[in-house]
Amino acid sequence: MAKKLRILIAKPGLDGHDRGAKVIARALRDAGMEVIYTGLRQTPEMIAEAALQEDVDAIGLSILSGAHMALVPRVLELLKAQGQAGLPVLLGGIIPDEDIPALRQLGVSAIFGPGTTTDTVVAAFTQAVRHDAS
Amino acid sequence: MSVEDRILAGDRLALARLLTQIENEQPEGFEALSKLFLHTGRAHLLGITGPPGTGKSTLVNRLALALRSRTKEMVAIVAVDPSSPFTGGAILGDRIRMRDLSGDPGVFIRSMASRGALGGLARTTSAVVEALDAGGFGWILIETVGAGQAEVEIARTAHTTLVIEAPGLGDDVQAIKAGILEAADLLVVNKADLPGADKTVCALEASLELASGPHQASGHPGQLGQPDQGWQPPVLQTAALLGEGVDEVIDAILRHRAYLETTGGRTGRDRERLRAEVLALLGDGLLERFLGARKDVDLGLELEQVFARQVSPRQAVQSLLSRDR
Ligand SMILES: Nc1nc2c(ncn2[C@@H]2O[C@H](COP(=O)(O)OP(=O)(O)O)[C@@H](O)[C@H]2O)c(=O)[nH]1
Ligand SMILES: [Mg+2]
Repeated sequence: MAKKLRILIAKPGLDGHDRGAKVIARALRDAGMEVIYTGLRQTPEMIAEAALQEDVDAIGLSILSGAHMALVPRVLELLKAQGQAGLPVLLGGIIPDEDIPALRQLGVSAIFGPGTTTDTVVAAFTQAVRHDAS
Repeated sequence: MSVEDRILAGDRLALARLLTQIENEQPEGFEALSKLFLHTGRAHLLGITGPPGTGKSTLVNRLALALRSRTKEMVAIVAVDPSSPFTGGAILGDRIRMRDLSGDPGVFIRSMASRGALGGLARTTSAVVEALDAGGFGWILIETVGAGQAEVEIARTAHTTLVIEAPGLGDDVQAIKAGILEAADLLVVNKADLPGADKTVCALEASLELASGPHQASGHPGQLGQPDQGWQPPVLQTAALLGEGVDEVIDAILRHRAYLETTGGRTGRDRERLRAEVLALLGDGLLERFLGARKDVDLGLELEQVFARQVSPRQAVQSLLSRDR
């Protein structure tokens, strides 16, 4: 059986709706990927734990609350501590332009603002995983 | 350290990676699993099946919490959801209901896509369960896909099978799906906080009574469908969302586990499962060997004759097999 890509889609922080995250989850599924969807209000600890247990190939974080500069570094730090440094992390949500360089510097593979097409997002996951494997 | 040693030492990342290799049916995964096989056979396998939306994942969350606090043993959960038959993709959402379990190093949750299998489990679920067993998890909870004939395969895999129903899903004896009563060691009517739960309980009890005539099976310590009057599947009620009724379910599970141990039913089930596994692998292996050794033989010719209705599929196979000698 061919290897299937496994992707964790998680929504850290306190913002209360996950419509965007669900749209992405469905798009990835329709592209043939297996998407582990964990629901709202995940702590960085919960996300890292799920990434480990599920041995995913990439993580997609959806953050609308503005807390990305606190949440993303924490997730990356936890991943590193548990031996998953370099696992591709992609970020979607409302991310001000001025934060993007710092996030990329931390190692975030791709950042999507509102209005990004699902095709673009699917392509970015595919590419991030391929890049990680090589 | 080898993968096996790391897993035996409790390395969760090594375990997670082995599970991926097994799911992808990679030879190195099966090789490691073979070395771990010696360390399997200790876990109690708990199957949780029932229609979609009845609250299986919500109940699994509660059961895992209760098992952790009452038995102190480690708990693993394997939650199977269907793959899309069209794209092969899947959304695995059972973890949404299991957030209470995060942060407990004695719990390990793994989501699996069915990857085309129709029996409620994936082809590699048993192998994944074996790896978790070797990893020291005393309880392994297996949540099946909620559709089709899911209960048949889980009843063969698990030591104790819980069939979950909910009020309003068709509360008369006729509506109760054939097969679920034979599969169930415990019947649980979840969502007991909703109206109509009593009616569902009554319907299940009535069907159980019908099914457990003097020579009918109910419960199956040894072989599936073998008459056994020693275990009467209880019908219990829970409100998993509120955590109500969960202790009674755990009591029944512990009673069933003790029952299987004292009657030798556990050994019987294990043997039956392993026998089926060996036979299935033998079937796969023989087919592979047959086709591999016959690269020269044109199976297409045989098939063409079948397509043209000149020979039946059965005759075609006979001729292929006789040519083998
Ligand atoms: N009213 C009520 N709803 C419940 C109960 N248990 C689960 N649910 C809800 O039923 C829905 C399906 O639950 P889930 O555990 O995902 O079901 P599964 O598909 O069988 O795994 C969710 O919205 C749950 O919140 C319960 O005891 N009472
Ligand atoms: Mg479920």
